[in-house]
Amino acid sequence: MIQGIPITHILVVSVIMFFTGVMGFIIRQNLIAILLSIELMLNAVVMNFLVFNRYLFPHHLQGHFFGLFVIGVAAAEAALAIALILNVYRRFKHIDPDKLNEMKY
Amino acid sequence: MNLHSIILLRHEILLTVAAVGVLFADVFVPREKKHNMITVSLIVFTLVTLLGFIPAQGGVLFGGSYQSSHMTDFMKDILNIAVLLIFLQSTGYLSKPENSWKITEFFVILMFVLIGMDFMISAGDFVIFYVGLETASLPLAGLAAYDRYKSKSAEAGVKLILLSAMSSAVMLFGLSLIYASTGSIYFSDILPKIKATPLIILGFIFFLSGMGFKLSVVPFHLWTADVYEGAPINITAFLSVVSKGAAAFILIIILFTVFKNISREWEWILYALVITTITIGNLFALRQDNIKRFLAFSSITQVGFLLLGFMGNNELGLTSVVYFMLIYVFTNLTAFGVVEAIYNASNVETISGYKGLYKTNPLLSLAMMLALFSLGGIPPLAGFFGKFFLFTAAASRGYYILVVIAALNATISLYYYLRVVKAMFIDKSDNPVAKFRSTWPMRISLIISSIGIIYVGFASNIFEFIYSLAKGLL
Repeated sequence: MIQGIPITHILVVSVIMFFTGVMGFIIRQNLIAILLSIELMLNAVVMNFLVFNRYLFPHHLQGHFFGLFVIGVAAAEAALAIALILNVYRRFKHIDPDKLNEMKY
Repeated sequence: MNLHSIILLRHEILLTVAAVGVLFADVFVPREKKHNMITVSLIVFTLVTLLGFIPAQGGVLFGGSYQSSHMTDFMKDILNIAVLLIFLQSTGYLSKPENSWKITEFFVILMFVLIGMDFMISAGDFVIFYVGLETASLPLAGLAAYDRYKSKSAEAGVKLILLSAMSSAVMLFGLSLIYASTGSIYFSDILPKIKATPLIILGFIFFLSGMGFKLSVVPFHLWTADVYEGAPINITAFLSVVSKGAAAFILIIILFTVFKNISREWEWILYALVITTITIGNLFALRQDNIKRFLAFSSITQVGFLLLGFMGNNELGLTSVVYFMLIYVFTNLTAFGVVEAIYNASNVETISGYKGLYKTNPLLSLAMMLALFSLGGIPPLAGFFGKFFLFTAAASRGYYILVVIAALNATISLYYYLRVVKAMFIDKSDNPVAKFRSTWPMRISLIISSIGIIYVGFASNIFEFIYSLAKGLL
């Protein structure tokens, strides 16, 4: 429990973070920026888990551990995604998702 | 770690030993003899598959984080068989000279993916479930981009990794809301606290969206066709059979056990998903010419039928889903095997390129015809019985309108399956695919899966066996 800060304040921040990520995933024109948006979403999730654990269920640590696992997997995800984006750059000489339309419909 | 826990974890331990062993053996094989690794991996994985069939009692490990039962063991065996068939089919692709450096990685990565799936199916809490899901989906993006020098493959890989990361983030957001309202991540602790409160339903919808992506249920299906077309064919087969099978198995276990208290709510969500999935999958499959895109949309339709079994929400529903998945493994892998054999021999992967195939390669055309008839649900073949039990499961709960819609769609789907058969058997072509002989592992896998298509439908004891397992789980 953090003194003087009610849980809703932190939840509003995490929800705004999550949906900023969703928005960025949809509208950004750069694969790296899309990856950043995904990281934003995952961090919002981690924040959610930690806040719920700290404020609602302070006697267990399940939320904290879930958060740790999410951070670990997100790191692996980012490494692989950057490798694949690099591969796209070598083939196409750009990383604009709108122009990655060799296959459609 | 005592003997009991080793027996419970036998699928995972066997696979880990096999994967690490193959990886180490590769170090000692000189560069010019790498093709021997194909035989080594096939023998090792055949042993793993056979040893997985040894029966053992179920149980719970790690304080409830890992739960195993006869049903989960059987699901893992189905996945093992599917992966073995895919390994047999990929020998042609891997023995091409430009792919010689990929051989060991291909087998090892797929085995690690399978470990992730096994842990996911046996998950007893959401952490194991999530880590297993990611282990099962991340390496596949690397494999989708495995043809490094093809731009389509690179495109498929990046589409798969970004969309699957996004969908798992959405799923995790849902899980965090469920954690907030129940205070636990263990399935057994969550179960009594699930009620139809707005927060739990919101979390459940987020969770179902994430899983719907893995299953390519219709509002979340847009990645499917692109990734299937760009990835190498054996990876496409893996994505469409094994990934989907594992996701369907764990989703049905979670829906029937953890979320059974809000089944009235999720049945109506699934009702809408079934209709959209079957219909839109059908409509898009009608206009495809690339055979991989065609099979992608056909597999979306098949997932729609699979969700029909989820509506059953009883032992019959679980049984029909597992039974359909067993048939789907044989059916779809026959189709993909034929596609791969033809692609390796002549680089043809369009339906119009298959014209006159019966004149030059009659046995392959027959196998493809069996697979397509089974997918369409023509009576003597296994696909018909699979669909029949799924319809029965949904009808047993009174969803008659849904069953009628699904049956109509099954009729429509016959049109495009028969279109391929017509191209192979009736249409004339000036330059059909030349006559060729496929490799012997490919032939073995096609024979096994063709026998599966014919046999599984008639063997009623298989269905009764799965039914007895389902009673043990629920």
